[in-house]
Amino acid sequence: MKRILKTFCVALLAALPLTTMAQIDGEFVKPRSGKFLLQNATVVTITKGTLNNTSVLVENGKIAQVGTNISAGDAEVIDCTGMFIYPGMIDGGTRLGMVEVSSVAETVDYAEIGNVTPNMQALTTINPNSEAIGVTRVSGVTTVLAVPTGGLFPGTAALINLNGYTPDQMFGGFKAVVMNFPSSGRRGRFDRRSDEDVKKDAEKALKDANDIWDNAKSYLDLKNSGAELQYYPEMEALSKVHAKEMPLLIEVNAASDIQNAIKWVEGKDIKVIFTGVAEGWRVAGELAKAKIPVITGPVQELPTRQSDRYDAPYANAGKMAKAGVKVAIKTDEEENVRNLPFHAAFAAAYGMGKEEAWKAVTINPAEIFGIQDQYGSVEAGKRANLIVATGDPFETRSQIMHVFIDGYRIPLSNRHIRLYQEFLERSPGLKAN
Amino acid sequence: MKKLTYILAAFLGLGMNITSAQTPKGSVLIKNATVLTVTKGSYENTDVLVQDGIIKQVGKNLSAPSGVQTIDATGKYVMPGIIDAHSHVALDVVNEGSAPITSEVRMKDMVNPYEIGIYRALAGGVTVSHAMHGSANVIGGQNATLKHRWGSTDPADIIMQDAPRTIKFALGENPTRVHGRGNGIQPRTRMGVEAVIRNGFNEAIQYKKAWESYNSSKTQKGSTATPPAYSERLQTLADILDGKIIIHCHSYRADEIYMLINVARDFGIKKLVFQHTNEGFKVAPEIAEYTMGASVFADWWAYKFEVYYSTAFNAAILQRNGAITSINSDSAELIRHLYHEAAKTQRYGGLTDDEALAMITINPAKQLGIDDKVGSIEVGKQADLVIFDHHPLSVYTVPQMTFVDGVKYFDIKEDQDDQRQFVSATEMVEPVYLFSKVNEHKCMQDMDSFFEAFEGAFLEEKH
Repeated sequence: MKRILKTFCVALLAALPLTTMAQIDGEFVKPRSGKFLLQNATVVTITKGTLNNTSVLVENGKIAQVGTNISAGDAEVIDCTGMFIYPGMIDGGTRLGMVEVSSVAETVDYAEIGNVTPNMQALTTINPNSEAIGVTRVSGVTTVLAVPTGGLFPGTAALINLNGYTPDQMFGGFKAVVMNFPSSGRRGRFDRRSDEDVKKDAEKALKDANDIWDNAKSYLDLKNSGAELQYYPEMEALSKVHAKEMPLLIEVNAASDIQNAIKWVEGKDIKVIFTGVAEGWRVAGELAKAKIPVITGPVQELPTRQSDRYDAPYANAGKMAKAGVKVAIKTDEEENVRNLPFHAAFAAAYGMGKEEAWKAVTINPAEIFGIQDQYGSVEAGKRANLIVATGDPFETRSQIMHVFIDGYRIPLSNRHIRLYQEFLERSPGLKAN
Repeated sequence: MKKLTYILAAFLGLGMNITSAQTPKGSVLIKNATVLTVTKGSYENTDVLVQDGIIKQVGKNLSAPSGVQTIDATGKYVMPGIIDAHSHVALDVVNEGSAPITSEVRMKDMVNPYEIGIYRALAGGVTVSHAMHGSANVIGGQNATLKHRWGSTDPADIIMQDAPRTIKFALGENPTRVHGRGNGIQPRTRMGVEAVIRNGFNEAIQYKKAWESYNSSKTQKGSTATPPAYSERLQTLADILDGKIIIHCHSYRADEIYMLINVARDFGIKKLVFQHTNEGFKVAPEIAEYTMGASVFADWWAYKFEVYYSTAFNAAILQRNGAITSINSDSAELIRHLYHEAAKTQRYGGLTDDEALAMITINPAKQLGIDDKVGSIEVGKQADLVIFDHHPLSVYTVPQMTFVDGVKYFDIKEDQDDQRQFVSATEMVEPVYLFSKVNEHKCMQDMDSFFEAFEGAFLEEKH
C-alpha cells in the first residue's frame, strides 16, 4: 500500500508541471554539445586542401579528427554525403550584438560619448540574446569582431563566437584598441567645409592624436618605473598598445589617409591592423611594403569617388591581396552580418579568386588576430567552428545544413525562420473560417 | 547638338535610328547565348535579334540583316533588362516634406541625367528604375519611371515617356515622425495616417463633383457658372480615384498595409502596389487578392523599429501566396546587384530560377504598368537586355553588356576609369566619400533637427 501511495505521489509530481504548464506547446531546441561524427563529406580545410569522402569528428568542443576511416564509437553520426564542410566564417568588423534596432537610440550601444574612450569595452555590451545573432550564425558566420565606433579612440574591440549565454562564454580570445585615423577627406555629400578647413581640421586631429599617443607612452614609462599613478582608465587602455599587449586597429579609408597612417605607424614598436581601407587599391604597393595586415570592407559598397570605376570596391580586396597584403574581409554590418559570404564572393568574382576570398574570411583573420592555432581551418585540434552546406556557402542558392560553434550543434532556427514557418500557409487564409 | 550627335552616330554606322523616335534605338544580333526569357522559358545556344530597339526574333541560327552588328555570346547568359521598382537614383531632390499631402509635385522635374548612379546601375544590368518621391508625406509626389539612356544631357530622354503615372504614398514611422512629432499636425499615429488619406480622397470626390457640375452647366444657354478653383493636388487625387495613377505605398507593418487595402477597397481603387512591405508576409493572402502586389527588400530588417519583426523569407511567402512580388533596391548601392538580391529568394525560400528572375523583371514591370513593353524577352517588346558571364543568379556572375532599346550603354570591355559626364569646374580636388553605415550615422548626428524636419530631404537616408 505504502508503495502504491509512493508511486502515486511520484506520478502526481511528474504530472504536476505538465498540468500547470499546459499552455506551453512545442519543444524548444537549444544549442547542445556532444560528440558528433560528420560523415562522408567533401571537406574544404582551407589550409590543407580539399578532401573527398572525408569525415570530421567533433568532441569536447574541438575538431578531434579529420580523416577517411574514423570509427563513430558513441558519437552521434550526421550523414553528410554529397555535402561540404567548411570552417566557420569570421567577420573582421561588425557591430553585431551591440545594437538591436539602429534607429532606436536606447538600443544602440556601440558609440560612447567622448573622443578618447579606449577603455570602452565592446565585450561588456554584447547581448548574447540579440535577435541578430541567431539570424547571423545560421548563415555560417560563426565568429565576429565586435567593434565600437565614435571618436578618435572609441574603445576596445572584442572577438566573439556566436554561441553562449554570457559575453565571457562567447569571447574568442582577441581584443584590440580601436583608432579612427584622422581623415583628410569629407564626411559625405553634405560636408560643406572649405578645402582649407578640411585640411586644417585633419592636421589638428592628427596633432591631438599624437599628443594623446605620447601621453600614453609616458603613462606606461612611469608605470614601468614604479611610479604611483592617478586613476586614468583611458591611458591605461591605450598603454596596452604601447606595451604590445594589444594591437591597434586603425580604421582608415582614403588613399592619402592610408599613406599618412603608414607614416604614423613607421618607427612605432606596436602591433597594427588597418581596417576599412576602402582606397587600399590606390596604395596597395605601399601597404604591402609596410607589411600591415588589412581587414577591408564592406565589399558591396559604392566607390569612394564619383570618378572611380564602378567596381572599385568589389575589386579592392583582390588588388591588395595581389600586391602582397594579407587581407581579411569585414561587412561593417550589424543586423546583416549574414551577408559576409556574399561580400567575399563579390571580391572573388572581381579579381580575388575563390580560394583567396575564402582565406579572407577564415584563416587570414585568424592569423591577423593571432588565433590561427584555434580558428580559421578544418584541422584536428582546432575549435569546432564548422559549417555543413549543400554547396559552396558563398553561392546564394546554397543551403547551410548544420552549424557547429565551439562544438555546440546550433539549431537552425531564428525569428526569420519561425515567421516563415508560421506565415507560409497562414490559417485562416483570405476568408475567416 | 544632340540631334547632330545622333546623325553623326548614324553616319558612323552605330545602328541608331533617329527617324522613328526622339530617343536612340539600336539594332543588334546576340548569338549563341543561353536566353532566359523569364516568361517563355530558357533556351541554350539561342540568338536574339533586335531591330530599331525592338526584339524581332528569338531562335536558333538567326543571321544578321546587313548593317546589324553581331555579338558572340557563346557561353554567356542573356536576360531582360533589370527593373528596379524603388529607386532614388538620378533625382536631385527626393522629399517635399512640407505637408502631409503633396500630390502636386513631380519627380520628373527633378531628374538629373548627369548622375553617375545611372551608369553604375547599368553596370549592374538595370535598365529601368522607378525614381520615387521620399516617404516624408502620407501622400507624396508623383514618381518618374526612368530608362537608363546614359549619355543624354536632356532629362526628357531619361524618362520613360510611355510609362503610366505613379504616385508615392507612405505609412507608419516616417510621416508620423515628420508631421506629427516634427510639426505637431496630423498624422502622429497610424490612425491619423488613415484619416489623412480618407480626408484627401473625400475632398477629391467633392472637387470632382464641383468640376463635373460646372462642366455640365457651362454648356447650358445663359449659364453664369464660374469654374471652381483649380487644384493640382486634388486633381491628382481625383486621377487616382479614376484609375489613372498607380499608388506605390511605402509601408512596413501588416496593420497599416491592411488599413490601406481597406481604404482602397472603400474608394474602388485597384491600382495599388506596396513598397518595402516588410510585414507583407503576414497579410500575403490579402495583398494577393486585392492589390498589384508588393515590392520588397531581399533581406533588410532591424534598421528601425517597424522592421524589427521582419523575415528574409518575406518575398518567398508573398510569392507562394500568389502576390505579385518584386525585389527592389531603394539604394544607389543595392541597385548595382539586384540580380544577387533576387537570388536571395533561393536561399530564403527556395524559389525557382524563373520565379527569382521574375522578381527583378516582369513582376516590377507589372507593378509599374509597363509589362506590355519590357520585363521579358519576347518578340515585339522593347530590347532592354543584359548579358552576363555566368547565370545571373550565381553570386559569381558579372554583367558584361547592358542594352536599352537595343543601344549598348554598358560594356565591361569599354568601361573607363572615369565615366562622369560632368565635372564641376569649382571642384579643385575631388572629394572622397565614405559611404559606410557608421559614417552615414555620424553625418546624421550633427543634423538631427534638420533630419527630423525634412526627413532626409537632403540626406542619404531614404528608406
